[in-house]
Amino acid sequence: MIRFLTRTRGRGRMDWTDWLSYGYLMIGLFTMFAPVLWLVMSSFKSESAISQFPPTFLPYTQKLVQVAGHDKPLPLFLTRDETGELRPMAQVRRIGIMATMVDPQNPEQQVRVNINDRTPINALHFAFSNYTEIFGKFRFGLYLWNSVFITVVATLLTLLINSMAAFALSKYRFKGQKTVFLLIIATLMIPPTIILVPVFLVINTVGLLNSLWGVILPAIATPTGVFLLRQYMLTIPDELLEAARMDHASEWRIYWKIILPLSAPALAVLAIFSVMWRWNDFLLPLIVLSRSEFFTLQLALNAFQGELNTQWHYLLAMTVITLIPITLVFAFLQKYITTGIASAGVK
Amino acid sequence: MPLLSRAAGLFFNLFEPLFRIAQRRLGIGRLGWLFVAPNLIVFGLFTFLPIAINLVYATTGGVNLMPFERPYTGGENFGILFECRNYFDIQTCRKDVFWRAIFNTAQFSLIQVVLMVGLSLLTALVLNRKIIGRGFWRGVFFYPVLLSPVVVALIWKWLLQSQGVFNAALVAVGASPVDWLTNASWAFFWTVFVSIWAHMGFYTLILLAGLQAIPKDMYEAAEMDGASPWRTLRRITLPLLMPNLIVVLVLAMIRAVQIFDEVFVLTGGGPGSATTFIVQFIYQTGFAEQIHLYGLAAAASLVLALGLVVLTLLQLRLTRASDAGQRAR
Amino acid sequence: MVHRILNHPLRALVAALVVLPAAVHSAEIRVMCYQDGVECDVIAEQAKRFEASNAGTKIIIDVVPYRTIVEQLPVQLAAGQGPDIARVTDLGGLSKYYLDISPHVKDKAYWEANFGATLPWLRPSPNDTGFYGFMSQLTMTGPYVNKTLFEQAKVPMPGPKATWDEWVEAARKVAKANQLPAAMAWDRSGHRFAGPAISYGAKIFDAKGGLVLDQGYKTAVSKFVGWHKDGAMLKEVWAGTGGSSYADSIGEFKNARVAMVLSGSWQINRLQKDIGNAFDWVAVPNPCGPAACSGIPGGAAWVALKTSKAPKEVGMFLDFMAQEAQYAEFTAKTNNIPAHAGLAKKGVKYPGATPQAQAALGVFSSGVANLAPAAYQFQGYRFNRAIMLPTVTRVTQAIVGEMSVDEAVTKIAADMADAVKQATK
Repeated sequence: MIRFLTRTRGRGRMDWTDWLSYGYLMIGLFTMFAPVLWLVMSSFKSESAISQFPPTFLPYTQKLVQVAGHDKPLPLFLTRDETGELRPMAQVRRIGIMATMVDPQNPEQQVRVNINDRTPINALHFAFSNYTEIFGKFRFGLYLWNSVFITVVATLLTLLINSMAAFALSKYRFKGQKTVFLLIIATLMIPPTIILVPVFLVINTVGLLNSLWGVILPAIATPTGVFLLRQYMLTIPDELLEAARMDHASEWRIYWKIILPLSAPALAVLAIFSVMWRWNDFLLPLIVLSRSEFFTLQLALNAFQGELNTQWHYLLAMTVITLIPITLVFAFLQKYITTGIASAGVK
Repeated sequence: MPLLSRAAGLFFNLFEPLFRIAQRRLGIGRLGWLFVAPNLIVFGLFTFLPIAINLVYATTGGVNLMPFERPYTGGENFGILFECRNYFDIQTCRKDVFWRAIFNTAQFSLIQVVLMVGLSLLTALVLNRKIIGRGFWRGVFFYPVLLSPVVVALIWKWLLQSQGVFNAALVAVGASPVDWLTNASWAFFWTVFVSIWAHMGFYTLILLAGLQAIPKDMYEAAEMDGASPWRTLRRITLPLLMPNLIVVLVLAMIRAVQIFDEVFVLTGGGPGSATTFIVQFIYQTGFAEQIHLYGLAAAASLVLALGLVVLTLLQLRLTRASDAGQRAR
Repeated sequence: MVHRILNHPLRALVAALVVLPAAVHSAEIRVMCYQDGVECDVIAEQAKRFEASNAGTKIIIDVVPYRTIVEQLPVQLAAGQGPDIARVTDLGGLSKYYLDISPHVKDKAYWEANFGATLPWLRPSPNDTGFYGFMSQLTMTGPYVNKTLFEQAKVPMPGPKATWDEWVEAARKVAKANQLPAAMAWDRSGHRFAGPAISYGAKIFDAKGGLVLDQGYKTAVSKFVGWHKDGAMLKEVWAGTGGSSYADSIGEFKNARVAMVLSGSWQINRLQKDIGNAFDWVAVPNPCGPAACSGIPGGAAWVALKTSKAPKEVGMFLDFMAQEAQYAEFTAKTNNIPAHAGLAKKGVKYPGATPQAQAALGVFSSGVANLAPAAYQFQGYRFNRAIMLPTVTRVTQAIVGEMSVDEAVTKIAADMADAVKQATK
């Protein structure tokens, strides 16, 4: 058992430990992806289909049929009629536990059937309207723009100031350096939720309430970012900097032209994380933005939960939509993650 | 692309003269402060200042929002938190939900961190083998990390509701449906499971990176010496992985103690107070309940921060000690 | 001709000065609104009409989740920020931020005549006589019953003066016959709970007007917990979450998992839309206890806020919304009960409502007459959250077995006292 964990097998043939490994990975694939797949499939269900029990994987709705003599299409049921046969029949109306049904081919004859003797006939139906209606429900384009703006600007600023701080903490020796580093790491201990009210007060005093900058600025300094980048920059040889200094390059130039390019993998990792945090950020926009023209997508997502009501079908569709950009960014920058973290080589 | 590099170039040129001047006046040594300054300003304004304000809240009472309009009460809030008739029975405490939350959080952190780091290690070891499409499998495990906690909780709440897929499957095989989220033990189990599901990939990646940094010749040498796989794991792999393991353990513990979003959406802290964790208590006291007890919430948050610092230091000391012990052998 | 004016700077300046004042008088009003149905959409339409007849005033409706109203608005107002108008439910708790618009309404007597009963709920102190806004609707708590399930089980529905015990028994039989998971469910809310509590004899207020937990309240708690333990009540609603978060029982009702729920009149729209033809549902009068057969009135109110920079326009807009024509339109389109005395007397036509919805509205409206005085007082009390929220938390704990009923009641009283003490500091 231990054997297969500690050794890499490269003999070209698969043996039982390889099968075990792949088995483990397949279970992992199922566990990780099945719930998300369920989410996506459910987002195509109509509102009533969503609350159906037992739930179906594929989206179904009840078939409707146009019957002569009725303006609106009638729902179709598989009905047990007087002779005991099962036939598809359309329901005209239902009062109490008796339903009045007609045969679509023979609409004159109406039969009264107990509701327990009929089951709905369902057809596969993708409710694309869940998605299209969202765009009309509120100003989707505006909220998308707000989210994108915040994410892009915040990520750029995060990369900038965290790399500057990491540079200072890795390549310089100055008094109080260790204290500064410890202080920065200590902020990891503070979950944002518990300083929510004071943060609101500070943002209000600074005048950044109801502004996208009020969402961008408070979180551009991240301890994880500084830590990660610093670890990486420690591996950059000091000789490079010495050589540049001897050539009379300014520190800013060294930072910009040497350090930053060499830190690219770590920067890519931080960029991914930053995009992820900012795109998904909910609490900070919630307390800073109350004017609807500044809302982000995550805020809008929450608006589908009214006081007494949750519109699941819209909620699910919105969730899927907000997942797409992050998936794309990840797919694009995926290969940098391991190199970035690996080369950060925790010392 | 050329537009981007033009913009970058512009930015560079903008600041260069400023830095040159600063460099001349401060000298290279002290220039470090300038580089660190933006970071410190943001931290100072939006993290340290709020903590200080929290201190003011913690030592005042009333329901006023503005800190300086609140009446000074000294340690009263802390007194309320720690007031118990019988210290061995949580029920007799004035803020029994606070203590229950602490107990729940402790239990959760311990179980979740051990399980999650264990699973991450296992997964990293499997991924370290020669397998096809490592990048793909890596992405599979990392994917849930990208989802926001609210989305994660919504997905699982969906699956676990009494009329959800899990129960439908049970009914289909003839078993009776289970109260996944309304039974205290099951609800607790699912908070552990869902949080592991959502975060495991991150730690797997860190450990995998560490594993891949171990030079292959180490293993070859061990194999030539006839070392058993178990010995290789204990003597070579784990010690070399230790720095990454320490980081993973500390980060995982910190995150576990701070857990809030996923659990709040998944169970709301229920049933009763079975999955109420400490951050939720703070949030409810200070925010959600309409009579805002800012003082009590701030006091609780300071207790939490202190506890976390102590816990982290303890953890670092323990792991360093074991690490040093291992090396000495 | 224009360029001749512009060519002469002085003349241009004079021209500008003439044009400017007309453009300067423009006010922007922000309305923070949440909706369960279409309340904000209806108001948005009315706002457009107001803008048309009041050039220079711009009205922006921000539709926010309810959570924002409950959690963010008080914080914003305390920090001196906030909208001009908001739709709020914590009427007493926010009253210190309300703006008196009585100087800006056209006809004070109209307001007194039609909103007199509920205006006190918005006043910061008992002796105040200002107008701070008005109720957007009157809501009543009360039960809904799945008539189809009763028919299928061949169990007759108890009459209008039946007690809670009788209803629970009947629902139990229906649940057994139809193989439902449980007979009944109540919304997870201290506000909903207060109705049966008062019916069981809870006085809620002592002689001095402070909150008190008496034997009547205890009886209600103990009965409620007992019904959970013997399976009459559906566990998911109260025990499915923690803390004091709100959860409604309508989802369970819609899926016919219970025969009866205790909810309120604001659900009519939703029931009508979501149940459609699936089964017959009716609203029934509040069941009785030994002391009363009461529900609790409530509703959200449109309030003017002190943070407004355009008090006159705010007053005018609220006055416009409160006029009979607009109020009737709002009530009809949102299928709510009007808080407007004149309309309540005349009766409102609900063109969009199905016969079932109309009947339900009728039941709730007539239930207003059966409201106990304690119910009104409860709704209007500033710190009613102090008893509502701990009730939810502690009763849930008793239901799941974390503590006994007696302990739960003791803790509710202690939490309540703590909260009131801090609130009055």
